[in-house]
Order: sequence, then structure tokens, then C-alpha cells
Amino acid sequence: MENKNKRLKLILTGLALFITLLHAIPFYILITTALKTRGDFSSRWALPDYFTLENFAIAWEQANLGSAMINSFLITAGAAVILILFGSMAAYPLARKNTKLNKAVLILFVAIMVVPPLTALVPLYQLVVDIGLLNTRTIAVLVNAAAFMPLTIFLYSGFIRSTIPKELEEAARIDGANTLGIFFKIVFPLLKPVTASVLIVACVFIWNDYQFAIFFLQSSDVHTLTVTMDSYFTENQHNLGLVAAAAFIAMLPMAIMFLMLQKYFIAGLASGAVKG
Amino acid sequence: MAEITGDPQTGKKPKKYKVSRENSLWWMYIPAIALVTIFIVYPFFNGVRISFTDWDGFSQTSNFIGFDQYVRMFSDPTTWTVVRNTLLYGIGSTILQNALGLGYALLLNSSIRMRTLTRTIIYLPVIISPLVMGYIFYLIFAFQNGALNDAFMLFGFNPVNALGNPSVNPYIIVLVNTYQFVGIAMIIYLAGLQGISKDYYEAANIDGASTWQQFKSITIPLLAPSITINVVLNIIGGLKLFDVIVALTGGGPGNASQSSSTFMYSLYFSRQDAGYAATQGVLIAFIILILSLLALWYFKRKEIEA
Repeated sequence: MENKNKRLKLILTGLALFITLLHAIPFYILITTALKTRGDFSSRWALPDYFTLENFAIAWEQANLGSAMINSFLITAGAAVILILFGSMAAYPLARKNTKLNKAVLILFVAIMVVPPLTALVPLYQLVVDIGLLNTRTIAVLVNAAAFMPLTIFLYSGFIRSTIPKELEEAARIDGANTLGIFFKIVFPLLKPVTASVLIVACVFIWNDYQFAIFFLQSSDVHTLTVTMDSYFTENQHNLGLVAAAAFIAMLPMAIMFLMLQKYFIAGLASGAVKG
Repeated sequence: MAEITGDPQTGKKPKKYKVSRENSLWWMYIPAIALVTIFIVYPFFNGVRISFTDWDGFSQTSNFIGFDQYVRMFSDPTTWTVVRNTLLYGIGSTILQNALGLGYALLLNSSIRMRTLTRTIIYLPVIISPLVMGYIFYLIFAFQNGALNDAFMLFGFNPVNALGNPSVNPYIIVLVNTYQFVGIAMIIYLAGLQGISKDYYEAANIDGASTWQQFKSITIPLLAPSITINVVLNIIGGLKLFDVIVALTGGGPGNASQSSSTFMYSLYFSRQDAGYAATQGVLIAFIILILSLLALWYFKRKEIEA
């Protein structure tokens, strides 16, 4: 029995190692490609026998990755502020007051989650042109915030319903606090864990957004990382070393953040899913 | 607390709207509702309206042409390629991601070495932009000097043009999407597994139930909520696929790997056919709605039975 268990454990560990290597292949290929100079046609599986970071330096400069990162950052941060503020405020009555109106509003948000913003994109484009917000970071902030609002409200209302004790609010009301005061002074600070989940889940997707960005951010001074990567790839299809280097740089900020905050990433996603 | 006795001085009953206002706190969700109404709900219904016109996407004028675009859509062979691909991306990725995600979660829930490393490597692609992921996989599947063909030639096989082959490339797109997002399914299943009390398994062991019986009668029923969430998330995500397709095949060759999203995009921006793009948009919204409601209904029913 003891021996059999040990052998099973060994097999499972071997399987995990195999899966790890298999999943690491794309990253390995990305790195070998990024490290090779233009004239090097050796197999993608082989590491170069020389060392140069030339591709990274050229890609950073040529593709304007620095300014693209700033744009991506500003848009993500702006949307995050709106989502946290408006999302938590909206979630509060939906979690606490079980009225007919609130039920209808909740259904509206479910419907928006199921029906994708895709169908809305064509008319939305016209609206954006009409109100003069085409090629502004503002419109990317607003559209992304709208797209992730339902998910945010779900995470917040699930958390309020299951975790925040009602007694706290009742005590504050007896002390004469009004609803807004109760919300911002008592409820909001207790929402920190779910705020972290919202930040992590929504920010990853907004940072990586391509569909809205390609529609609404067509002039190069507002290009985000994804749009920049897209045009850089088209220009350099015959020098994939540069593309690989640019891709590597583009994924670095999120990868570093993920590796540092891994625990919270995973806890945030899991709790959102189980409670939502 | 709402007063129900009325004002003692005037004897008037309090106005009713005041009570319901305090009860529903409706003003707290005004900003959120305004945002989604302006940027999602209103454009969505406007899209339905545009689908009945011949609008080109930039003129100030358009003509109402009734169901003409719908007739055109249903007689257009590209519609069927696009619908088939979109369903393949949605349903194919859902099946693969759930099967693999559950498998990975079961493996990583057992006490083995390197659990954290394996989990990190599987989850890492989730945070990378699908567009960039598409370019990374281009390095693997490219006809000339792609990693796959390098390996093929090493073993004496002929190189294949996988991305240019219309009967293969939709499957590559499913594969890439699965590789990228299987981490989410895995994490949700892991959380689900960790919520199952060990007592059930101990009792089953005493009763002499086999591992398979335990999996079928304990693990799966208790994982039902996780299954519902994963299936619905994956269906919606897969049917909306856009970035990876743009990066890997651009929808081609011809329209062979086009999804609804990429097709709409090309109709609007390359072909100035906005009315028709909107019609295709209505079709996909309808398909997503039906499929996710079906999945939700089916798996919710299972949850109650369990």
C-alpha cells in the first residue's frame, strides 16, 4: 500500500513536469526568437551561441513601446477608478434591498453580460464620432468601464451579501448617518478584498483590450500596447526577432505584476467565481 | 425606517414615492446604469435598427430596406462559414478548457512536488494579451522557419502550411484559445475542489467505493457550481473570439477562419457595409444569448438535483 502510493505520487509528479514543460514551449520559442539576429536562420528550438539584446533595444525604440505603455496604463487606471467607485455604489442597493426595481436592474446587468458589446460596436462607433471622442483616451476609459461594469457589480454584490454584516449599518443609522455616509465610511473600507479582485480581473482584460482600441484609438499618439503590437507585426513580418522582442517587452508589466501578486490574483478569481 | 402612521402635526400620510425611494436606493446605481445605457444598451438597440438599413458606415443618410439584409445574410454562404467557425471556437474551446482544466485541477489538488510552479506556468498565459499570444503562436505555426516545421524537418517530414490551410487553421485557433485560458478554468475548479469536505471521501472509502465511483458520485456533483460558471464563461469568451484570429490568420485564407467578430469588423471597416455588419451582429448576439441561456439552464438544473 505504502509502496503503491509512492509510485503513484512519482507518476503524478512526472505528469506535472511534462505538463509544465509543454505549457512553457511558447515562452521558450519566444525567447529563442527574440535573442537571434536577423541573419540567423537556425532552428527556433536552438538557443543562439552568441548573446545580444539588440532586438529589444531596436523594438523598444522603433515601435514606440514606451508611449504605448503609458497610454495602456492611463486607460486601465481610469477605467479602474470608475469601476470601483460606480460599481461598488451600484452593488450596494442591489445586494441589500430586495425590491422589484432592484431585481429588474440586476436582470438588466445579467443581460448585458450575456449579450456582448460586439453588436453594439458599429453604432457605438458612430456615436463616438458624433460626440467628438474618437481617438481620445477618455472614450477608451468609458467604453472599457461600461463593458466590465456588470462583472464588477456581481463581484461586489456577492461579497456584500455574503460577508458584510447588516448590523454595522443599522448601528450607524441609529447614530444618525445617512446612506451615503454609511456606504463610504463603513461599507466601502470593508470591501478591500473584493476591490483587489476587481482591480486584478478587470485590469488584466482592459490592459489587454484590442477590440475597442482598434475601433476607437486609430491615431498613433493614443495607440495602446495591443494596437502598437499589431502594426509593428505587420511592418516586420520578415524580421520576427524584432516582433518577438516587442512581444516580450509588451507582456513584461503584467507578467511581473502577476508573479508578485500571484496569491491575490488566484484568490480574487476563485472567490469571485464561487460567490458570484 | 419608513413612517407608516403619517405626520402627527398635519395628519398627512407620507408620500408613497418617498418610501419606495428609500427602499430601493435607486439613485446609487444611476452612474453605473447611465454608463452601460449610453455605451452598450442604446448602441445595441441602435444596431438592431441599423440592421434594417443599407447604411454604409459613414454617410449621414441611409435607407430603411426592411428585411433585405436578413434575406441577404441567410443566402450568403459566408454566413454559414462564419457561424460554423464561431460555434467551433465557442463550443470547442469550452469542451477542451473544461476537460483539461478539471484534469489539471485534480492533478494539482493532490500532494505532489512542483505544484506551485505547474500552476504558475499554466496560469501565466491568462494575463497576456490574446493578440500578443497570437503572435507568439505565429512563431510556432509559421510556414517558413516556424518552430513546428523546424521540428518536422528534423524528423524528416515535409513542412506544413498549417495557418494557410482552411481545414486546419480553425482548430489551431481553438487550441491557442484553450492554451491561453485553461488557467482560469483550472483555478475555478481548484477552488471548487478545495471546498469539498474530506469527510465525504473518508465515508466513501469505508463503504468501499472505487476512485471512479467517488469521482462520479462525490466530486462531480459537488463541483456543479464551478462547472456552470466555467461553461458559461467559456462559451461567451469563445463565441466573442477576435484578437487571436486577427493575429494568426486575419480570418483567412478567404473567409475560412473568420469568426462573427472578425467578419463584422471587415464588413464595417474594409467594405463599408455597416448595415450588413449590424445584421451579422444581431445574429451573433442571438446565438450567444440562446447558447448561454441553454447552458445556464442545463447546468443549474443539475446543481439542484445534486
